[in-house]
Amino acid sequence: MEKTVNQKAWFLVLPVLVLVAFSAVIPLMTVVNYSVQDTFGNNQFFWAGLEWFKEMLRDDRMWDALGRQLMFSGIILLIQIPLGVFIALNMPKSGFWVSFCLVVMSLPLLIPWNVVGTIWQIFGRVDIGLLGHTLAAIGVDYNYTSDPFAAWVTIIVMDVWHWTSLVALLAYAGLKSIPDAYYQAAKIDQASRWAVFRYIELPKMMGVLMIAILLRFMDSFMIYTEPFVVTGGGPGSTTTMLSIDLVKMALGQFDLGPAAAFSIMYFLTILLISWVFYTVMTNLEKREG
Amino acid sequence: MEWMAWTWPTAIFFMVIASLLITFTILAIKFPETPRVGVLRIETTRGDRLFITLLGSAFINLAWLGLADMAQWWALVICAVYAVLVFRYV
Repeated sequence: MEKTVNQKAWFLVLPVLVLVAFSAVIPLMTVVNYSVQDTFGNNQFFWAGLEWFKEMLRDDRMWDALGRQLMFSGIILLIQIPLGVFIALNMPKSGFWVSFCLVVMSLPLLIPWNVVGTIWQIFGRVDIGLLGHTLAAIGVDYNYTSDPFAAWVTIIVMDVWHWTSLVALLAYAGLKSIPDAYYQAAKIDQASRWAVFRYIELPKMMGVLMIAILLRFMDSFMIYTEPFVVTGGGPGSTTTMLSIDLVKMALGQFDLGPAAAFSIMYFLTILLISWVFYTVMTNLEKREG
Repeated sequence: MEWMAWTWPTAIFFMVIASLLITFTILAIKFPETPRVGVLRIETTRGDRLFITLLGSAFINLAWLGLADMAQWWALVICAVYAVLVFRYV
């Protein structure tokens, strides 16, 4: 007979729930309230019903930003997850170099977002930046302020530089937790390097990789500061991600109603994709045993 | 609370969500259950099915708003049918 689930333990998370209520739930409820009203400031609101949702759903600007955002997150996951796993597999397992590697890998994670943006903004400049100047010197036509392709490459490379270490560190932690007995058994069976990776390392890393994928997806899907500092959403609006567009609408144009409707749809999309990722990966994990 | 710009429709909306959460919490305590595998081939409890229902309903309403020109109440009817299907088969 299967065991029934006891849900009483959920009461233990009540303190966290109170904290989250203040930091997330109440602001979110306010956003829902804003999304059905119009305001001209002065704390005066006028009922607008579902008009803003209708307007936003039929607005190409939001769909274009969503498309760019999905493309950005997709590229980021496709590069960072395999690269992070590859780095973790090749990191030393013991000795002095372990701590050295861990410190070097953690460095980009400690730099604040706006500083990362500024570093790359200067790094990529053709007149004074090392990267931009070098590329220009060897004849590559690179200018992230006027060429959309160069702008995309810059923000993707910047994000890979900033966050791949997180994936690598998580994957490394997963690898370290595999008991030696597994490797010994594989050796007795004369398993190939690929077989060891596929049937021992990858399944054992699945738990931490799931966290890595979720974190990287959510972070990249909500990215704001770095592309804003580097390209300001340009050239044109080619690197205007959802959050940059949202801030322009809410603070730049003070269109709080449409921006609130936009935020809710943004939130629902993140919730849906995260749930799908989480469900698929927990089920994969169960099947792998 | 004035800064939150409350309206009656949104207040009712949140009351419905809150009462659903409370009802399902009480149900989970009074009648603990075994997770089951449905058409999606994933293990779900009652709470999971409520989550799938609510999230799906949000998208049904948005799709109706964006694609159809009829009254929004029809989207709620579709949501009710969807909820029954989720609780029965997922």
